[in-house]
Amino acid sequence: MVHTIALAGNPNSGKTTLFNALTGARQHVGNYPGVTVEKKTGVYQIDGRQFSLVDLPGTYSMTAYSLEEVITRDFISTQKPAVVVDIVDASNLERNLYLTLQIIEIGVPVCIALNMMDVAKSRGVRIDAPRLSALLGVPVVPTVARNGTGKKELMAAAAQVADTYAGPKNLQISYGEDIDTALAEMEPMISRVEFLTQYYPARWVALKYLEADEQIVSAGRRADAQISEKLGQIADRVASHLNRTLDTDAESIIADHRFGFIKSIIRQGVIEVENEQNRLYLSDQIDKVLINRLAGPFIMAGVVFLLYHFTFAFSEIPAAWMESGFGVLRGLADSHMAEGLLKSLVISGIIDGVGGVLGFVPIILLMFLGITILEDSGYLSRVAFMLDRVFKVFGLHGSSVMPFIVSGGIAGGCAVPGIMAARTLKSPKERLATLLTVPFMNCGAKLPVFALLIGAFFASHKAWVMFAVTLMSWSGALAVAWLLRKTIIRGAPTPFIMELPPYRLPTVRGVLIHAWERTWQYIRKAGTVILAISILLWALMSFPGLPADQAATFGPGQEAALAGAELRHSVAGRIGTSLEPVTGLAGFDWRTNIALVGGFAAKEVIVSTLGTAYSMGEIDAQEASGLSQHLAQAPQWGPLTAFALIVFVMFYSPCFVAVVCIAREAGSWKWAGFSMVFNTVLAFVLAVLVYQAGSLLGFG
Amino acid sequence: MQLINMREMKERQSGKIAAIRARGEVSRRIRDMGLVPGTEFSIKGRAPLKDPVALRIAGFTLALRNSEADFIEVEVE
Repeated sequence: MVHTIALAGNPNSGKTTLFNALTGARQHVGNYPGVTVEKKTGVYQIDGRQFSLVDLPGTYSMTAYSLEEVITRDFISTQKPAVVVDIVDASNLERNLYLTLQIIEIGVPVCIALNMMDVAKSRGVRIDAPRLSALLGVPVVPTVARNGTGKKELMAAAAQVADTYAGPKNLQISYGEDIDTALAEMEPMISRVEFLTQYYPARWVALKYLEADEQIVSAGRRADAQISEKLGQIADRVASHLNRTLDTDAESIIADHRFGFIKSIIRQGVIEVENEQNRLYLSDQIDKVLINRLAGPFIMAGVVFLLYHFTFAFSEIPAAWMESGFGVLRGLADSHMAEGLLKSLVISGIIDGVGGVLGFVPIILLMFLGITILEDSGYLSRVAFMLDRVFKVFGLHGSSVMPFIVSGGIAGGCAVPGIMAARTLKSPKERLATLLTVPFMNCGAKLPVFALLIGAFFASHKAWVMFAVTLMSWSGALAVAWLLRKTIIRGAPTPFIMELPPYRLPTVRGVLIHAWERTWQYIRKAGTVILAISILLWALMSFPGLPADQAATFGPGQEAALAGAELRHSVAGRIGTSLEPVTGLAGFDWRTNIALVGGFAAKEVIVSTLGTAYSMGEIDAQEASGLSQHLAQAPQWGPLTAFALIVFVMFYSPCFVAVVCIAREAGSWKWAGFSMVFNTVLAFVLAVLVYQAGSLLGFG
Repeated sequence: MQLINMREMKERQSGKIAAIRARGEVSRRIRDMGLVPGTEFSIKGRAPLKDPVALRIAGFTLALRNSEADFIEVEVE
């Protein structure tokens, strides 16, 4: 039988580093069922035995308040891993043991990895591992995950625990007279009817009732409403007593006593400190500069700009290789296949679709490389720290900044990696609001559209209009975030209590594994859906074909006009034409409408579709000066129409690649649908306002 | 020795947590990060717009918003 070993521990305790050291490249990243929290599994072999390793989310505690914590304790209690290896940061023992106690209390076999022994030593902290082990009743193995020291000993100890486990240990922490009395009353009640005891020890269940833990209380109510009611009454009695006499709640008392218990353990000769406790470490000295109130923001702007430049400048090269690769494929298909629908499907549906999926890969990979370096070094949390006050106003979080920047906060980003970058956000409401608003940023695909329109109608004020466009997208996105947080994602801000971890040099291996895993997930999960939608869009713009008698009226040399007529005849063309009476309010005719439908595939497609609709033949999005001149002279076009269109393109439905990513990151298609409908309605209202107000003021 | 609110503390001032006047999730989040009555710390600095505040505690650094700091009563010299 293959034993499962679960790794648990605080964020920044070196848990993932240890996981990588143990499993190497043999790991698999998936999701926990129904949620977007990453689940990493891998395999470790020792002495011919195989273990399945699970890297649980990093947590500080085991409450029902956060998804990561609920997942961790559900996994431990229901999946019953053979051992839970708890990674404890030796340089930060007290706070890390708080989680350890809670894991031991769940009543599972535990083995402690006392990690970062090197850091502790350099800080003059000596820890007596055998003594700690004796006091806690579980094995304690010193490790240095960064170089793999102690990993064999750790796994041997874990295997030993799995083989010899003889039932839960009881630490018997005292929680003070009030709680202890209640526990003594509740425990036998729970044991007698085996209430939830197939998963948890009776004492733990009683504690959770006292803490008024929503998840356990509702599970209890489903299991046995009567006993649940009785336990609830005892908990209420204790709560009102504590409220009256001590002006506090049971949850706080329990937490305080856990720390009291840890202090009492540590005082029994576990730690020996040679130097003064509060001397400045290297990280504090770096922080004196990097989060300095004056210099900090400038350095941050520089770092953010570098990340941006790194991602978008370097991804151009591999993206160009891919582009020419797909160009070759397209050429092959073009010269070797007979004219007709199949050829069109292969070229416009499949090759362009696969190209579209893979075209994002360099950008996603580089973005994750950059962000992982910033995250692992500890700098990303400093960025969140410095900018939190600004984003808080709009109901967001300091960590929202990276998704916004990457999506095009500096014009030219991409919402797809931006949406994926929102994974660094741990507060659920703030995260959802970020996911839904980053597509308003000016991504690189909207730029050719803006360039076309600005070139045609605002050529003398290019820089100013571009600046206004950037400003508009930021204020629009933040205003919508604010609106969402006041309405459908309403709720108090998630408490912002964030560790600023010590600066560390990221390991090459850790960064590469992390960035590649996430990119691969995109290719595997999003890729298939994106290909399907791309074929669907191709069909929309190709069917039904123009009847032969009408097609015959276009002679040789009139291919461009024929393509225009075919497009108007297709489903997309009919949608565009039938919408004309409505979109006329914003100044858009049927040609613009078709182009906007095409823009759902990718925003730059708007330019080429406009070209086809104006019967100008193939238009390259980057080289559209002909189309630009054509528009400038077209009677139905003017600066006002162009501006209304810029506004619409900025705010309307994200391209479907982004929509698929929103669905995946928000964990539901509901939000993806919302972003398509809501954004399009919002964009239309804004465009109508611009067009109508402008017409009234005589700008038409 | 006097009791003040954490928000009123100056940079580099040190103190000891006397009480946390919050309930439910806020209280739990503050405590889960090791901020319990009796914990000694100092103010490491504030963000450019004065919020959040960074605390230096024995082994680590924590940032919290003023709206959370408001719940924390501190004993200072």
